[in-house]
Amino acid sequence: MVDDLGKWIIGVLEEIGDITILFVQTILYTLRGTFSLRDLLAQMVRVGVDSLPVAIVTAAFVGMVFAVQIASEFVKFGAGNVVGGVMGIAVARELAPALTAVVIAGRVGSAFAAEIGTMAVTEQIDAIYAMGSDPIKHLVVPRFIASTIMLPILTIFADLIGFFGGYLVSVYVIGINSIGYMDSASSFLKMSDITGGVVKAVFFGMIISLIGCFKGLKTTGGAKGVGEATTNSVVYSLMAIFVMNYFLSLILFKR
Amino acid sequence: MVDFFKIFRRSVKKIVKAVSREKELENVIELKNVFKSFNGKKVIDGVSLNVKKGEALAIIGPSGCGKSTLLRLIIGLFPPTSGEIIVKGMSMTNMDQEELVNIRKHIGMVFQSSALFDSLTVGENVAFGLREHTNYSEEKIKRIVSEKLDMVGLKGSDTLMPSELSGGMQKRVSLARALATDPEIILYDEPTTGLDPTTTTSIEDLILDIHHKLGTSAVIVTHQLLTVYKIADRIVMLHNGKLIEAGTPDETKRSNDPIIKQFITGKVS
Repeated sequence: MVDDLGKWIIGVLEEIGDITILFVQTILYTLRGTFSLRDLLAQMVRVGVDSLPVAIVTAAFVGMVFAVQIASEFVKFGAGNVVGGVMGIAVARELAPALTAVVIAGRVGSAFAAEIGTMAVTEQIDAIYAMGSDPIKHLVVPRFIASTIMLPILTIFADLIGFFGGYLVSVYVIGINSIGYMDSASSFLKMSDITGGVVKAVFFGMIISLIGCFKGLKTTGGAKGVGEATTNSVVYSLMAIFVMNYFLSLILFKR
Repeated sequence: MVDFFKIFRRSVKKIVKAVSREKELENVIELKNVFKSFNGKKVIDGVSLNVKKGEALAIIGPSGCGKSTLLRLIIGLFPPTSGEIIVKGMSMTNMDQEELVNIRKHIGMVFQSSALFDSLTVGENVAFGLREHTNYSEEKIKRIVSEKLDMVGLKGSDTLMPSELSGGMQKRVSLARALATDPEIILYDEPTTGLDPTTTTSIEDLILDIHHKLGTSAVIVTHQLLTVYKIADRIVMLHNGKLIEAGTPDETKRSNDPIIKQFITGKVS
């Protein structure tokens, strides 16, 4: 029992170490600029543009349901005039970055793991090494940069859509004064709330792409292995996102 | 007088050194007492082997006996547990990344599953190594690609995707890709396994042709005996992680070694 726990902890620490090594190598290649611009653009379309509809729908409904809960409660306590501010802060600081990251982890991180994992089990990764090259340079770097750039952009979209979704529900369903909603938002919400959320998204973009690529590169054991890599990439990404989110919030928003 | 002796001795030393270096160079690949285990399981158990310049060496043995592992050791995809691997006079053990890349430029590898990059076209696959290691103009790369594709009988297929090709055609593209950078050594991992008899023959002819035309050294790993008899200069058998020297194809056929005999006659003991 204790033995198993020890082995598990060592395993987890090893994975974290390996991902850190991958991170350092990826950064080194990125700084050297030895990646194909065409690959980068293709990945940016995939991570950003193609994910926009999912991110928008998620943000809209999260904003709406949040408004349903807080607006009706706040009105009961006579605090209807702060709903806009609370919505704005919640969306910008937590809901938009974290939930966009969750959506991207499911949609893009898993695809990275599946794609690179399939390449690993069909000897394509070995072929890259055998031809005197490095899969980190060809596969990881474009995906890493694309995710790190596109996730913050998606988060800004989610900020707007989530806030607007909250506005619609608060004003037209709960019946809060629309000017009051906007007024409280503009007095409560600071620029640092929005930039803080965007900074979080940068970190989420990095970790999602790194875990997806890492799980892909480590894939063994045919189709079953690819399936496991894909699932694991999503599970680990989600855990990493939530744990990181807590600590980033502590650092960024604690007064 | 003393000076004369000194000069004489020095020149003799130089000649001896040059001769021994020539001898070393004759072996393009040298394995010295190589061991490899995965998770405590011994796969390669003390293998010593050399491949001479221009020689086609076949490694035969049943599926799963570690033949592919041997090829992967030679190209440095993983290090041996112990022992030394020398390619072109350079020891692969303790090589840094840059040196490893330099050595790999001289080696082409044809994978069992062809391992073509399925997100790239046939032409881009063949051009991969050139784009990676040379500063050739797009025009020159295009010319080399079509030349290599022509060599394997697939002229004009450079815009196709690998998924549009049959298994035999994928093998040919894989061969063209391995040849693109004009390597001195080509490693073949089961080049004809899983292909129909006609395609097998055409791939064998292609390998022979390349071997004769370009004078490259080759290591062919396979359990297809007909292929081996046709293209190998020398045959060794891998059995339980150890090598058994079998000699030329004719010597192999007449071999009295019970393990080789059993393998080539296909008898189940």
